[in-house]
Amino acid sequence: MSGGLAGQVATLARRSATRTLRQPMMLVPSLLFPLLLLAVNTGGLDSATRLPGFPTNSYLTFALAIAFVQGALFAANSAGNNMASDVETGFLSRLSLTPMRRASLLVGQLGGVVVLGLIQAATFLAAGIAAGAHFEAGVPGALLIVLLSVLISVAFGALGAFAALRTGSGEAVQGLFPLMFAALFLSSMALPRDLIETDWFRTVATWNPVSYMLEGIRSLMITGWDGEALALAFGCAGGLALITLAAASAALRTRMTRT
Amino acid sequence: MRQATAAIEAEGLVREFKKGPRAVDGIDLRVEPGQVYGFLGPNGAGKSTTVHMLTTLLPPTAGSATVGGYDVVSEGAEVRSVIGAALQEAALDPYLTGREHMKLQTSLHGMNRSEGRARGDELLERVGLTQAADRRVGGYSGGMKRRLDVALALVHRPRILFLDEPTTGLDPQSRSALWDEVQRLAADRGVTFFLTTQYLEEADLLADRVGIIHHGRIVAEGDPDALKAEIGRPSVEAIPAEPAERPRVAEVLRRFGDPVASSPKSVAVRLAGGETQLAEVVRALDAESLAVEHLQLHAPTLDDVFLAKTGRSLEGAGEEPEASRATEPAAA
Repeated sequence: MSGGLAGQVATLARRSATRTLRQPMMLVPSLLFPLLLLAVNTGGLDSATRLPGFPTNSYLTFALAIAFVQGALFAANSAGNNMASDVETGFLSRLSLTPMRRASLLVGQLGGVVVLGLIQAATFLAAGIAAGAHFEAGVPGALLIVLLSVLISVAFGALGAFAALRTGSGEAVQGLFPLMFAALFLSSMALPRDLIETDWFRTVATWNPVSYMLEGIRSLMITGWDGEALALAFGCAGGLALITLAAASAALRTRMTRT
Repeated sequence: MRQATAAIEAEGLVREFKKGPRAVDGIDLRVEPGQVYGFLGPNGAGKSTTVHMLTTLLPPTAGSATVGGYDVVSEGAEVRSVIGAALQEAALDPYLTGREHMKLQTSLHGMNRSEGRARGDELLERVGLTQAADRRVGGYSGGMKRRLDVALALVHRPRILFLDEPTTGLDPQSRSALWDEVQRLAADRGVTFFLTTQYLEEADLLADRVGIIHHGRIVAEGDPDALKAEIGRPSVEAIPAEPAERPRVAEVLRRFGDPVASSPKSVAVRLAGGETQLAEVVRALDAESLAVEHLQLHAPTLDDVFLAKTGRSLEGAGEEPEASRATEPAAA
């Protein structure tokens, strides 16, 4: 039944995915830039693998995790921009006049994020395999990386949606992008935490949930099945998703003041 | 005689915005089923804010309103089930096609796939968009977007339709097509219209009843002809045969009434004594040996009604847009 919650979510998710796929300017950079950064890092930082205690002798295998998280940041941008556009054009008011439920809108909008996340994860996996990255946990591990990657995309996507709903402005969403990149750079992105020598940097990276998301993906590629790393990764991504979804939901309630 | 249940009824409707003025300041109105109600006023008068309250998109600060017999505050979902709305901006997704918009709208209104497809095709055909149905809306003209917007508002066969400045920015052909559609729906389907506009011609042509809003208050309301008759006084406009004689013609005409807006070449006054003074005007001009190229008597217009009630002409009486007066996120 298309009028039920599931039907509404499916309808809005289809629209969100269609809209995302029809914006090459949104889609292409989200695939291209993480791969570029991966190429640069792999070429320039390969000698880091010779550091005592570095977990692998392939910097590509170590750095591939960055692409998944960086892609998720682009997903946040995409979700935020799409939501801001709906506010700015009045499309949200159009939807508000239908029997649509608020929850359907938010979940449906994130449908586009899931599609983008899946495309990104598949692309990065394929690029990693083609370039010779190692997957210690095999095919099931690779599938779990896709799942984790989509969850991270949803967490950041909801953050983008929150910014859009709170401000109603695409510019505000763009303003969030550098902050999220700072969070990525202040994590264990380039080196394992125990090899970061600068104290404050290591402390920030230890408190930064992005570190654990990266380490969860890395564990499946380098270590195999590491329960603790995976629990921390899914815990951080899931926790962040819960917080950002709750914030976006509250912002949507304020934005959609229909009686 | 009034019917028991009005299609739209408001009593003392108020909307205040934080750090802003009262956008709507105690509106009372009643629209009977099947009526076309023209809500006329300049930019920033409170038209859109009123529409947002009546369509449940904005809660009133005070007062009450019912739409289709349902309370806009406590029965929002019921109100939305009987209304359709095309708000000020054609709210469309540029990345979707016209048909995809229809699919989205029919689906959210709970129609199954085949019913939705049939309804979508029917509406696209009615607004002349069948050929363009599979093109992305981003490439549509302003008129096409507006037609699609109205078609989307009709998906669930609403009894009451709110059109917020539906023809602003449209070319004359698109405007005329939309007027035809409004008249057809009102006549054939008995749809009640609440139509905001800043165009006098539009209100005059379409509305059975007009409410004139200024600074958030209704300053005049009634049948357009009755409102004009109430003002009563026509104006006379003269174009001197010799442009240099314009000041002298103006001086003569001023004996018969107060000046009103006219073209740069002409002079116009509101006849204090009504249309019977026209002969006296001709005689006075003749007595002063003033030749006129053109002399015309104008019946009162809704602009005259607005002028009489507010001291200002509606044409060019624009103020700051309502959105800029509002400080709350959902305000439009």
